[in-house]
Amino acid sequence: MLEIKDLSVSYGAVRALRSVSFEAQPGSITAVLGANGAGKTTLLRTISGLVRPRTGSVHFNGEELLGRRVETIARQGVAHVPEGRGIIEELTVEENLRLATLWCLKRRERQTAIEEILELFPRLMGFRHRHASTLSGGERQMLVLGRALISRPRLLLLDEPSLGLAPLVTAQLMGLLRDHATGTDVTVVLVEQNARSALSVSQHAVVLNLGEVVVSSSAAEVAADEGLRHHYLGF
Amino acid sequence: MLRHLLFATFGAGIMYLVTSNISLFDNYQVGQIASFVVVLAGLSLLTGVNGQISLGHGAFMAVGAYTTALLMTHTQWNFILELLSAVGAAGVAGLLIGIPATRLKGPYLAGMTLLFALALPPIADKWPNTFGGDQGLTMTTPNAPGTLSPQEWLAWIQIGGALIVLVLLANLLHSRYGRTLRAVRDDEIAASLAGINVARTKVLAFVISAGCAGLAGAFLGLSTGVVNTGAFPLTLSIQLLAAMVLGGTGSLIGMVWGGILLVYLPQWSTSLSGHFNLGSGVSAYLATIIFGAVLIVAMIAAPNGIQGGLRWAWRRLPGSGSGVGGSGSSAAPGAPTPVLTDE
Repeated sequence: MLEIKDLSVSYGAVRALRSVSFEAQPGSITAVLGANGAGKTTLLRTISGLVRPRTGSVHFNGEELLGRRVETIARQGVAHVPEGRGIIEELTVEENLRLATLWCLKRRERQTAIEEILELFPRLMGFRHRHASTLSGGERQMLVLGRALISRPRLLLLDEPSLGLAPLVTAQLMGLLRDHATGTDVTVVLVEQNARSALSVSQHAVVLNLGEVVVSSSAAEVAADEGLRHHYLGF
Repeated sequence: MLRHLLFATFGAGIMYLVTSNISLFDNYQVGQIASFVVVLAGLSLLTGVNGQISLGHGAFMAVGAYTTALLMTHTQWNFILELLSAVGAAGVAGLLIGIPATRLKGPYLAGMTLLFALALPPIADKWPNTFGGDQGLTMTTPNAPGTLSPQEWLAWIQIGGALIVLVLLANLLHSRYGRTLRAVRDDEIAASLAGINVARTKVLAFVISAGCAGLAGAFLGLSTGVVNTGAFPLTLSIQLLAAMVLGGTGSLIGMVWGGILLVYLPQWSTSLSGHFNLGSGVSAYLATIIFGAVLIVAMIAAPNGIQGGLRWAWRRLPGSGSGVGGSGSSAAPGAPTPVLTDE
């Protein structure tokens, strides 16, 4: 379980997060929603160690993550898919996947894991030896998601995975996420601008506004609250 | 990997034929090219593959050369051990530079390595009793076996060393460590999120690269028979960087072109200045001027250097299996180098 308590982050004089607290359960998707500048990306970057908070704590399965190095957190089973995708363009599709297996899988398990991911994203199968720089936006998204999944994470942090994707691809992606999280012990935190799409696959939702938690409730309740949707989620 | 070993064996065979049929002076120059290939290969790993710039590789060469010379002067160590000590000493210097370098990028990193290149000669001059002052320290090559001439023997030591370094680096670049080096160069944040220790990777790249430079320095010292600070000026570090770019940044084979340019460009410039009766003031800097001019032309015609240009031209040849329009192979000469080692 992911437990975030009183998390505050500042960029100089600008306070990006103000005493943010919520919990995310294993085997479920927690959607973090809000307008631009609400602090969604900062929240994920703080959990994965890319940003140092002023105060607060981030516990995952009882262990404090704050203060640890980014790669240490990643090796503890936290996979962060950053906004803008973060693939290694000079490596091939297969090399990108292999890179994520180095720290978490034994040598003999790696190739099998790569094949499993390529089966999960059949579109990437034909491009396995192509450089990631030659992939389209949707293919890159599949690759970066595949790279996150191949490391068999216990906590999956997704920052706007639908950014720039066609509605059909977004729907497929969300369906895949739901299938992956349900019935497993993976905790998924999904940051999305596309609130409708995110709520459709999430069990829990946290709405941020100007760095503060406005609502932390079940996804169904948030989706049913017309006022909340109108004021903060834009649909 | 077997492919790299076969490639090195083929290269050794070719070099055996070449060195057996050329003059002693040409053997000397071939040995120098091999020495430069060693340092350029290390620099290519650091800059081309890992994305860290260094203007201090001439100084790392000096560390290696002085280490070997000091050991030759004061000990009776085995020759191989003396060469390995050069690698080790330069590697330690690389570690000392590499640790702070993890916090620097681009021009700031270039500036720091430049300072290293500037600061080292005065240190050697400060203790003339130890480092030999202007006269430097002498270095001797072990006796040649059989009827082999000393020049040919030295050339073979240098060629052998270069081939070993190329095979080791090629294997390294195809290993998981090679992937982490490239990942760190491409996107440090993405690399760290994938679990890669970015700082350690960058320091290791510096250590390996400096170690290569140390070996090359020892080889060059053996060529001239003497080591002094004048043999490793600041211009050498800059020329090394230019030669690496001209050869093809990131390509190990491209470093052979870089080595050839480093050895023959000064010679050609001397011939040129003699032909046109240029004054000594001009001829002293002609090699550097030509280097700059060639660099400008090469960056326009083939931004990936000579090796990148050749690779691009090869792919356009009919029957190469990946001509114009072929998938993933029709990139312009300026497109990113796909494979960084030994095509």
